[in-house]
Amino acid sequence: MAEKELTPKVKAEAPTKGERVRPGRVFLPAVDIYETPDALVLVADMPGVSGDRVTLDLKDSLLIIQGEIAPPLGPGETWIRQEYSTGDYYREFQLGELIDKSRIEATMNDGVLTLVLPKVERAKPRKIEVKAG
Amino acid sequence: MPLSWWEPEWDPFREFEQLRRRMDRLFEEEFGLRPWWTGVYPPVNISEDHDHLYVRAELPGVKPEDLDIQIQDRSLILRGEKKIPVEKGVNYHRREREAGYFRRVVRLPRPVDPDRVEARCQDGILTITLPKPEELKPRKIAVKTA
Repeated sequence: MAEKELTPKVKAEAPTKGERVRPGRVFLPAVDIYETPDALVLVADMPGVSGDRVTLDLKDSLLIIQGEIAPPLGPGETWIRQEYSTGDYYREFQLGELIDKSRIEATMNDGVLTLVLPKVERAKPRKIEVKAG
Repeated sequence: MPLSWWEPEWDPFREFEQLRRRMDRLFEEEFGLRPWWTGVYPPVNISEDHDHLYVRAELPGVKPEDLDIQIQDRSLILRGEKKIPVEKGVNYHRREREAGYFRRVVRLPRPVDPDRVEARCQDGILTITLPKPEELKPRKIAVKTA
C-alpha cells in the first residue's frame, strides 16, 4: 500500500478563450509530463471522458488537449449533493521539442489519457565528399 | 428600464452563466471552501431518481481490483488506492497527478436496500447504485370520489 493518503483538490478552471458552443464549465486536467530519449509522454487525468470524446491538436509547437465528459446525471436523476464540479477539460502546452506528428499515439484508459509524442530524429551529421574538379 | 435591456447583444443566458461562474468562484476562492467540502478524498456527488440513490466519485486510473466498497446501514465506505507506475530512466517536466490511498465514509441521505447495491467503474468514474427500499419509494395516491 502506498504511504501517502490522498487529499481532495478543487479542480482548476481553464482560462476561457472565446465563447464555447457547449455550455458548462471547463477544467484543467492534472498532468504528468516526462521525457525519454525518443519521446515526450503526457499523462492526463480526465475522468468522465471516453476515448471517442478526446480531441488532440498539434499545430507548430502548440499542443491542445480537449475532452468532453458524458452527462454527470443519468436521465430522470436530480442532485442531492454535489461535492465536486463536473465539466469538460482543456489544456494547452507549448512543446520545446520537434514532434513527429505521424507517429503520435494516444490511448484512453479509465479516464486517463496517455499521449506519446515521438521526437523528430535529428539530422545526422553527414560527410561531404570533395570531388576533384 | 436601463438602455442595455434593449441592446441586441444582451444575452440572458450568458448573463446567467457568468453569474453562476461568479457564485462558484465565490465559494471556491473567496471563502476557501465549498458548501459540501469535507476535506476527505474522494469527493462524491449524490443524486437520486424514483428507485435509486447514486453515489459517484471521480477516480481516474483506479482499477476495480484496487477498490473496496462496503455498506453498513446508512454508511457507505469507500477505500482504495490510486497507483501511478514509476517510470524508470525518464526525466519529469511536470508531476501533478498524485498516487496514494484513500478511505472515506459517506453518510447516505436516505435508507437503502444493502443487498442490491451495485458498483461500476467507467472512464474513471465510480458509480454506486443503491436501490431505495420498497416501503420508502414515493407512492401515487389515488383520490377517490366521496
